[in-house]
Amino acid sequence: MTVLARAIEATRRYGDVLALDRVSLDIRAGELVGLLGPNGAGKSTLISLLVGLRRPTSGTVELFGGSPSDPAVRRGIGVTPQETGLPESLRVGEIVDFVSAHFPERYGKAELLARFGLGDLVRRQVGGLSGGQRRRLAVALAFAGRPRLVFLDEPTTGLDVEARRTLWEGIRSFHADGGTVVLTSHYLEEIEALAQRVVVIGRGRVLADDTVRAVRDVVGVRRVSFAAPVAPELPGILRSSVENGRVHLLTADSDRLVTELVHAGTAFADLEVRPASLEEAFITITSKEETRV
Amino acid sequence: MSDLILIHTRYQFLEQLRVPIALVASAFFPAAAMLAFVVPFAGADPASATSATAGMMLFGAMSAALIGLSISVAQDREQPWDPYLRTLPAGPLPRFAGRILTTMAGMLLSVVPVLLISAFLTAAAISPLRLALGIGALLVGSVPFMLMGLFIGYAASPKAAIAVSQVAYFPIAALGGLLVPLEVMPGFLQSLASFVPSRGAIELMWAAVAGRTPSPVSLAAFAVWTILAAAAATWAYRRDEGRRFS
Repeated sequence: MTVLARAIEATRRYGDVLALDRVSLDIRAGELVGLLGPNGAGKSTLISLLVGLRRPTSGTVELFGGSPSDPAVRRGIGVTPQETGLPESLRVGEIVDFVSAHFPERYGKAELLARFGLGDLVRRQVGGLSGGQRRRLAVALAFAGRPRLVFLDEPTTGLDVEARRTLWEGIRSFHADGGTVVLTSHYLEEIEALAQRVVVIGRGRVLADDTVRAVRDVVGVRRVSFAAPVAPELPGILRSSVENGRVHLLTADSDRLVTELVHAGTAFADLEVRPASLEEAFITITSKEETRV
Repeated sequence: MSDLILIHTRYQFLEQLRVPIALVASAFFPAAAMLAFVVPFAGADPASATSATAGMMLFGAMSAALIGLSISVAQDREQPWDPYLRTLPAGPLPRFAGRILTTMAGMLLSVVPVLLISAFLTAAAISPLRLALGIGALLVGSVPFMLMGLFIGYAASPKAAIAVSQVAYFPIAALGGLLVPLEVMPGFLQSLASFVPSRGAIELMWAAVAGRTPSPVSLAAFAVWTILAAAAATWAYRRDEGRRFS
């Protein structure tokens, strides 16, 4: 399959901070790839390298076989702006026209706006849009130039459930027509709903690059917590911490851990078992990665 | 490429028109100064009214170039829209050119009230050809101020840009003799006047509207200022790019 975007051993530093550490990644035509990772993991830095906003400190980044810093190469991509920065005084239709004008092929304005549920807002000034409407406009702009590859950074953050579903439909239909999508998200649910392939990024490195199912199993971590003064030493604990007299244990198998806990005769009270947050799951993957290296 | 320059200019100008406070400010000051200084003191004599009008036109253009441009550049740099534009398939030229053309359009608008006041309330007289030459000289004369505006805008935060550009604006304008004739200023200020860029600019305008011969020292100083401001603007632009997009 054709590789549309590629990073080879890409490293990016900001002064002393290592934001990306030798990341290698291929985005192939027709893929719908989810980039998953906590804030500060390096997702945005990776995207900024791929869209030509920054250059890698070392290593190589390619877009359609060329350099992302070449404007002509960027005709094939679409990017979401941050909705907070859209020019307030311009109208919705004007912003779409402005962005479209940069591309040789483009969507009809009416069609594009209708697709993102903005059809009746063409003449509205951006300053008068709700947060959700701005978000949808920002995502719509990524598609304005009929790109082969779109980068969607947190496309549905701040949207209600219905608007999120509408947007997902839009992304799916673009993909069904042969488009390639790279999207970042905090929400595992969003990645599960859309992506086929998931790349987990943490501390500037690729921690996992696999199918949605495989990554879901890895992050299927549970959090067992109870009141006790010290954390017990038991098998199957991925990470433990004590906070305000409560012990928190992360484990892949909570049933077995609780059984072990009872067998060990440890004194505990107020037991609670719940799915770990994505954030906790990431920390777990990250620390496993460190012990393995 | 020229299509993109037009498109960027069009949308920047639209933004400018929809939030017209900067345009109003750059049109208001020279018009007010015109009423306060020129109409009562120089309005009766055609020659001095004409040259004073030219001074006020330049005063307005300097405001658009120095204050307007520096603030809009500094504000845009803070918005995430700026990096987004860099992901579009265009180099920096269309946006840059759009900015300059928008500023020039703003300058020409700011000149209108001054010309109207001059035509109706003073004895100033000018032929259409000299007026066209004068507007050409105005655009040339404001180049160093646009470059200074770009320098401040790329080097400073929006708040600092407001302060720095205002502080630079009035003394440069006054020292060049745009507000009151040099002859009424103290001697040591008169001796400085040849070396400020506004002096060369206004002498260019006077050459255009009245056929006066500009002083070589002022023109040389104007050229040096233009080169220095271009170097400073380029340095600030590259530094900003290097800091944010390297």
